[in-house]
Parts: sequence; structure tokens; C-alpha cells
Amino acid sequence: MSRRRRGTSGRLPLVLLLPALLGLAFLLVPLIGLLAKAPWSTLPSRLFSEDVWQALRLSLLCATLATLICLVLGIPLAWLLARASFPGRVLVRALVTVPLVLPPVVGGVALLLVLGRRGLIGERLDLWFGFSLPFTTAGVVVAEAFVAMPFLVISVEGALRAADPRYEEAAATLGAGRWLTFRRVTLPSIAPGVVAGAVLCWARALGEFGATITFAGNLPGTTTTMPLAVYLALETDPDVAVVLSIVLLLVSVVVLASLRERWISGLR
Amino acid sequence: MTLYADVRVSRGAFDLALDLKIEPGEVVALLGPNGAGKTTALRAIAGLLPVDEGRVALDGEVWDEPPRVFRAPDRRPIGVVFQDYLLFNHLSALENVAFGLRARGVDKQVARGEAMRWLEAVGLASFARARPRSLSGGQAQRVALVRALATSPEVLLLDEPLAALDASTTLHVRAELGQHLGRFEGRTLLVTHDPLDAMVLADRLVIVENGRVVQEGRPTEIARRPRTDYVAQLVGLNLYRGNASGTTVALADGGTITLAEPASGPVHVAFPPTAVSLYVDPPSGSPRNTWPAVVTGIEQHAHTVRVRLSATPTGPETLLADITPAAVADLHLSPGQPLHATLKATEIHTYPS
Repeated sequence: MSRRRRGTSGRLPLVLLLPALLGLAFLLVPLIGLLAKAPWSTLPSRLFSEDVWQALRLSLLCATLATLICLVLGIPLAWLLARASFPGRVLVRALVTVPLVLPPVVGGVALLLVLGRRGLIGERLDLWFGFSLPFTTAGVVVAEAFVAMPFLVISVEGALRAADPRYEEAAATLGAGRWLTFRRVTLPSIAPGVVAGAVLCWARALGEFGATITFAGNLPGTTTTMPLAVYLALETDPDVAVVLSIVLLLVSVVVLASLRERWISGLR
Repeated sequence: MTLYADVRVSRGAFDLALDLKIEPGEVVALLGPNGAGKTTALRAIAGLLPVDEGRVALDGEVWDEPPRVFRAPDRRPIGVVFQDYLLFNHLSALENVAFGLRARGVDKQVARGEAMRWLEAVGLASFARARPRSLSGGQAQRVALVRALATSPEVLLLDEPLAALDASTTLHVRAELGQHLGRFEGRTLLVTHDPLDAMVLADRLVIVENGRVVQEGRPTEIARRPRTDYVAQLVGLNLYRGNASGTTVALADGGTITLAEPASGPVHVAFPPTAVSLYVDPPSGSPRNTWPAVVTGIEQHAHTVRVRLSATPTGPETLLADITPAAVADLHLSPGQPLHATLKATEIHTYPS
């Protein structure tokens, strides 16, 4: 090491540096272990097996659809929480975040009780439309959206609260109604928050396991997403589980990194 | 069509009650200290704040009359220039100016063509594609002005339109704003705390203090005959209230002033600080208005020095005097110094209160 003199700002106290490095190791070592244990010789053949592709396609499709649902329902909900004042708003706000802390399995059970074939709403759906959500791909999307929506709502609500409402007033004085103002002024100004929320939401949906397996079961090609496939493979063929895990890891990193690059930094 | 605004708004301890009337082509300045309620009045006319009581109407067209009528801002023919302009940062200058026309359902190409003509009118055609953030203060102000004018509003509302500019640009932008307001055929309300902006730009001044109109009139009238201490301070005059009898005025706060011409009854007495002279020794020949005084403050103005004086038991309680820097040196002025102040009776302006 060179003995250059440095200002105090460049030095980190050891008390912080040690736990910081330990934390980094804690996060990275399991991932390195995953790569170390990978059956590299047989990897290509396993990677291009139909099962892997099926699970991956299903995962990407369901996470994307779930994110779209969250955007369509979550942005208006965030707007309601940020801008409207109504009795019990604090309570509603707390309830919205419940799926964040709820064990996903419990969420799955709750969904079954409401949307299951004997559930409060599910029974009607079955009776009137002959339509049932559990154990279908649509069920996977519902389970993922349920768990992931709070991420979007919280992120968008924060962006809305930080946005200056006077720009909306300026739009109103220019003759823009509320809907036009929302589309042309409010939404563009909170775009970074929406994108960040959607990315978090998508990532959470992609990794969803508990609610999905409880509500939608584990039917290959229909409801077996990547996390479910990993769990299934672990019991029969651990090598496959490792391969699936690496694929899931790569897809997540590539998508998150590219979205960050394109959107979050581009909008600043 | 005349804009009538009888605006009454209560917010806790603050209470605003203003009665305004603006004719077509007229520029009215609402002038007052911070917190006087000027911006509240502007927001009420724009519809951003409903009035609690009163009525806002453009001739027979009622905009706000509680409890029945309230027309939302987007349905009022108004244009607003906000203090910090509030240009939409995600839109170009051109799109900002076209926004109002687009919101009124004008075709995109037509709206852009119209917006371009407005930008050309303020010499900003080459900045059409620029984002508001990249514009200078003066440029942003002009974009905000033409954005408000592009929809051909009946009422133009300007909230401290020059306050965000630095001193060097203000002069130029103020002159340009004056030209645009001169051409504008609708009614203009200019809210400002700067007497110079108000004097230069407005046809009529309405002075507001603590939510009430304290004086109203043409700029020249207000500059000559202030009616409150705030207005006197704005136009740089010494102002006192008193009771006149012959050539003597007994001031309300004690002391007397002698006039050149007789008056009677309750009067305002006003004179410029330049009418006051200061001496170390009592002046000989004994002019009628000579009082002992104590220096309380000294401020450098452009080419003169303004001296604040107090405690003149036989004259006004406080007094402003403008003297030359040379006189400051001759007198060795310092706070707390006792002096003699004299006032030329011929420069006193007296009018009924």
C-alpha cells in the first residue's frame, strides 16, 4: 500500500468496515456456492431440456402478467392513498402492506378461502361462469399479484407524495381536467417511482413460491413456475435444482440490470 | 365584460376580504407585504381555492358563489403565471406552450403551430425543443407567460412574475412583460410585493394589508398621497396623521409640524426624505420646523444616505432624511448621535385623511 496522506473522509471506521464486508460475504457466498456446485459438464444438455424451458416461460409470463395487474390496480390505489382524504385512510394504508409481512403460505390459504372452488367468491365464479382459479395458470398470476402488489403501491405512493401538487394546479389553470392532468402531468412526473415499483414487483412475483404452491398447486406446464420446479427437483435430482437456480438467478440479474440501466438512470 | 371578485376567505386567524373590479385591457396590481393575502386572492379567482363567501364573476358569468356555484379552474377562461413558473419538466418548451390548447381539444399540429408563433413572439423559437430545466430564468419566465397567453384567456393572473429573476434580468424582462400586458385585451391581475413592478406595469394599484384593501388608485396618486405607513415606506415618503388648524398640524403621535399653506381638520402630512436637512448645531434664523433628533440608523442608497431619526419631542416621532455621503462625513454621523433636523415647509404635501 502506498503511504499517501488522505483526508479523514476517505477512511472508513473499522467498526463499520468489518460488518459491511461480513454482510457482503453473507449475501454472496451462497450464490458462489451455487455456481461452484453446478454440474458444468452436463449443464448444456440439462439447460435445454423441455422441463426447464417450460418452467422458465411460465415464470416469465406469470410474473409479467402479475406486474401488469399490479400496475393497473396499484397505481390508482397509490393515488387514492396519497391524494384522497377519507376516514380510515391510515388503516387502509396499513392493510395494503399486510401481504408484505404475511407469510406467503398464509396468503395462499386466504386466497383459497375466497377464490377456491368452495370459497366466498370462487363458488359464484364456478356456479355462474363454470370458471375456477385454483390450479390454473391464472391462479398463479393471482397469487403472484397478491403478494407483489404492496411493493408497487408503496413505491408509487412515495413518488406521489414527493411530487409537487402545484404542477397539477398549473395544468388545471391551462384547462386540463383531472384525468388529462393525471395522464399528462402526474404520471410522467412519478415515472421513475412507477418503474422502480414495477421492477420490485416483477422480481417479487418471479420468486413467488408459498402463495403459488398453496393456491395454484404444482402442475408441470400449468402452474409449475421456476421456484416450484427448483423445490420439486431438489427432492428427485439435486443437480437439476442447481441448474434451474442458476437460470433463475441469471434471468433476474439480466432483467433487473437492463431495466435499471434503461429506465431508472435514463429518467434522472 | 368586467371581472368582479368579491373574495372572502378565512383560514384560522387569517381573514381575507377583498373587492376587486377589473375592466378589459386593464392591469391591476395587488400590492402588499408578504402574508397580506395577495396570492390567496389570486388563487380564489383562478378557482384553485373556493371562496368562503362572496362572488367571483365575469360579467353575468358566475364562477364562484357559495354555496351553489363553483366552476373548476379548468373550466374558467384564465391564464396563470406562477411565481416559480411551474413549467412541466418532462415536456419541451413548445409542448408546454401547446398544453393549454391541447387540453381544449385543439388538434396536435394546429396547437404546435400556434405555440410556435407564441415562442417566436418572445424570441424563443430556437428553444422550442429545449427542456424547461435548460432555460435561463428570463427564458423560463417568457415561456410561462406565453403558455398562459396561448389559450387567449379572458383573465390573466400573474403571481410575483418577476420575483424569481436576478436583478440584471429583471429590468429587461419587466419591460418586455409591460409590452405584452399592453397588447393583451383581457383583464390582468398582477400580484407583487415590489412597488416598482406595480408602478411600472399596472394601470391601477390595490394595496392590501392583513387581508384588507388599505388604498386604491392610479400609481401617481398613490406615490404622491400614501395613506398608510406601509404605502409611505413603499414609495419612500415620511407620512404622519394629525389635526390641522391654520398652518399648524398637531400630530397624532405627539409633536407639531408647521405648514406653508393653511389646512383644517384630520389630514395626512407627507414629505420626501430629501426635504429634511441635518445639522450638528441648532441652525440660525430659526426655520419653523426645527427639531432635536437622535440618529437610529444609517443606510447607503444609490447616491444618497438615508438616515433614520427618532425621539423628537416637539416634532414627528420618527423621521427619514436623505443626505449626501459628503454630508455624512461632515456630520461624523453615528447611531445615537444627537442632531438638529429641519424640514422645508414648501415640500410638505397635505391631504385630508
